Amino acid sequence: MSPNLLVIFTLILSSLAYGVGKKKAFALVRKDESVRLHSRPGYYGLLTALWCGIPALLIFGVWQFVADTVLTNMVMGAIVGHGAPVDTAQVNLLVNDLRNLVAGNYFSADVDPQLQVAADRYIAMERVGTIALGIVMFACAMIGCLFVYSRIKPAMRARNQVEGIVKIFLIFCSAIAILTTVGIVLSVLFESYRFFQQVPVTDFLFGLKWSPQMAIRADQAGSSGSFGAIPVLAGTFMISGIAMAVAVPIGLMAAIYLSEYAGNRFRAIVKPLLEILAGVPTVVYGFFAALVVAPFIRNAGLTFGLSVSSESALAAGIVMGVMIIPFVSSLSDDVINAVPQSLRDGSYGLGATKSETITNVILPAALPGIVGSILLAVSRAIGETMIVVMAAGLSANLTANPLQAVTTVTVQIVTLLVGDQEFDSPKTLAAFALGLLLFVITLILNVIALYVVRKYREEYE
Amino acid sequence: MEKQTPSTMDIVNRGLARRYRKEKQFKLLGLSAIIASLMFLVFLFGSIVANGWTAFRQGAIYLDITFDEQALQVENLRNANYGKLIKTSMAELFPDVSGRSQTRRLNKLVSSGAAFELQDMVLSDPGLIGTTKLVRLPVDDEVDMLLKGHISRDVPESERRISDEQIAWVDQLVEAGRLQLEFNTTFFTAGDSREPELSGIKGAIMGSMFTLLVTLALSFPIGVAAAVYLEEFAPSNKWTDFIEVNINNLAAVPSIVFGLLGLAVFLNFFGLPRSAPLVGGLVLTLMTLPTIIIASRASLKSVPPSIREAALGVGASKMQAITHHVLPLAMPGMMTGTIIGMAQALGETAPLLMIGMVAFIVDVPGSFTDPSTVLPVQIYLWADSPERAFVERTSAAIMVLLTFLICMNGVAVFLRKKFERRW
Repeated sequence: MSPNLLVIFTLILSSLAYGVGKKKAFALVRKDESVRLHSRPGYYGLLTALWCGIPALLIFGVWQFVADTVLTNMVMGAIVGHGAPVDTAQVNLLVNDLRNLVAGNYFSADVDPQLQVAADRYIAMERVGTIALGIVMFACAMIGCLFVYSRIKPAMRARNQVEGIVKIFLIFCSAIAILTTVGIVLSVLFESYRFFQQVPVTDFLFGLKWSPQMAIRADQAGSSGSFGAIPVLAGTFMISGIAMAVAVPIGLMAAIYLSEYAGNRFRAIVKPLLEILAGVPTVVYGFFAALVVAPFIRNAGLTFGLSVSSESALAAGIVMGVMIIPFVSSLSDDVINAVPQSLRDGSYGLGATKSETITNVILPAALPGIVGSILLAVSRAIGETMIVVMAAGLSANLTANPLQAVTTVTVQIVTLLVGDQEFDSPKTLAAFALGLLLFVITLILNVIALYVVRKYREEYE
Repeated sequence: MEKQTPSTMDIVNRGLARRYRKEKQFKLLGLSAIIASLMFLVFLFGSIVANGWTAFRQGAIYLDITFDEQALQVENLRNANYGKLIKTSMAELFPDVSGRSQTRRLNKLVSSGAAFELQDMVLSDPGLIGTTKLVRLPVDDEVDMLLKGHISRDVPESERRISDEQIAWVDQLVEAGRLQLEFNTTFFTAGDSREPELSGIKGAIMGSMFTLLVTLALSFPIGVAAAVYLEEFAPSNKWTDFIEVNINNLAAVPSIVFGLLGLAVFLNFFGLPRSAPLVGGLVLTLMTLPTIIIASRASLKSVPPSIREAALGVGASKMQAITHHVLPLAMPGMMTGTIIGMAQALGETAPLLMIGMVAFIVDVPGSFTDPSTVLPVQIYLWADSPERAFVERTSAAIMVLLTFLICMNGVAVFLRKKFERRW
């Protein structure tokens, strides 16, 4: 019996329970005209259905979650107990083989008979487990259903109980945001911790050389993996810096023009057009940077006698800057619009021109908000992945020359983690350490930015 | 002699011309910033379209194929040598081609996938055996590029991947009406392939569809539920503040970090399958939830309190007031936010790279757990391929992706315009 069938079966049972509960509620009134139900009949049905379905589905979820681990442990316990290898790596290998055998992906003829027995046992136990699960779920559904059914009385506060359950669901949904954050922090922290057991934290944070090659043999040439994050970070900041050099002036000037000079119609047309720039997928920008902008910069450099790398930081930075323009402009636009009109009027009253008002009054007043929006834009630039993966380089050069190829944190994460990985090599774990670094940097930027923006908003509200 | 001090008015008037000039310059600067960004937009779209529009047409060759019984060895149709049929047909067209290497160059004009098309034809209709039929077959991508003018005939022979001799053959075929550009159906009906002329985006589109279905099915109910709780029920305390800070912060976390989460939690901890739309959908759900929650909350906030009070006044419970009155009124705004979140998810690439959706997958996925890729990842994969023909296909795939995005955003704008209510 397939597990999905169990879910469908439970849902059917549950809808039957709805009908039964509702019917009983109706019957109560019909028997005695003077009786008034506390809730509408549908709520009695709903309560029955919820009590029927939820416990059964919870049990199902728990079983799906633990079944594999429990069964594997039981089966492997039998094998290891027979005096077979106790080394963890070998046990893991055996477990892998077992999984493949069970899933039927094992096509090699020479299967260890002991393992075959174990796999057969696993399959048999899984079958028994599923049947038992079905029985338990059915029993639970029935008990839940009967429990509510027997208690359906006119005075029962069915609506309040249903609403209570719904509210718990709502709370759970809003807690998912917290669970996600916890998940992110735990997953990067846990793998980074394993990485820092093999590579010292100081080497990672202050090392000047990044070349995550690991030795296959001890005497292999160039085998020493070195994990100094400084060149990677320098590359990240250089590309983000170029991007901000493009995005901040253009975005800010565009925001000023749109909010102070442009007429309503111009605004209504141009603003959505600018926002298209933000809606274009980053992979498209990456393709554009690699295909059009990088060769263009390279050729332009050649005419001036400069040697430009075909994966120059400049190309990736400029394109990333363009991507961020609408981000800066729409945030700054909001901030500039929030500056009270009285400040402008005061300035005009003193005889200032519009541009003088903007540079001397509005911008200083809006500065905290603008700084906040720029910080958010920087955090976005640092975390941007596809543009740099496609247009920036892989080699970690510690250079200040924007015409050379540099690499970024996100590029390294992608190159280290795409493809099959083994999760005990520092090379793979390094990606998580970089991820932790990225998360921490962007978190700090975001928290400062959100705080500044919020505080600023309150000031003028 | 008394020196006349200039009056304030004089000082002001003297500076006026300069100040007005500055004012003009400033305004011009603002306008040029906008024009520069719009120019870039035009340039971006222009170069994509210019590169990609030719991919919607594809070279096709018409050959008289004789389904010879002997050549096919009828007892085993699956393993028969279909390439030989094509070679025979080509040899008949060009009787004066001789020698092994010359013949091989001639046969290279036809795509290596043509034999499989013949196989499919014969397997679906064995009655073809023994007959002769005019068959439409794909040509090699280099020929295709030549027909579209992407390979210049002026460059020296050693610098292009198609020889003068082959160009002459192609010209002969074109003159005979056997070789022409036609609408490229393969592009919309095939999965990925190493051969540009056989590759298509159907696999990627199906993968995107499955992934988005998972995302939508999870993120819309969860996002709306979270927004309803935070906006309508949550007491204002530390806990609620903490949730809000979390949501705002998650909205700004780099998408690749969600990929790391997916890799560590969904793949390594829960053991879900790699490259599956299910996992992709889960990761994108977490990523789009903040967008949907923030939009839904704004939408709930715009429903005036009088609606709630009226419902409560006639005896509805708080939950009833919300589900019967507030939610329906806020629904258009929530849907707009959801569509925008979905558009964001459709264009997202980086987190999906982390969970293995970059694999080279030829088959069109048929379920939520089949290995698959999505449209933006397909674009990324093709952008890495060296063949000239893939540049064109990448741009065409981008055009398809942008079309989807524009449609989704168009629907969102339409919804907003249609149901927008000022209270």
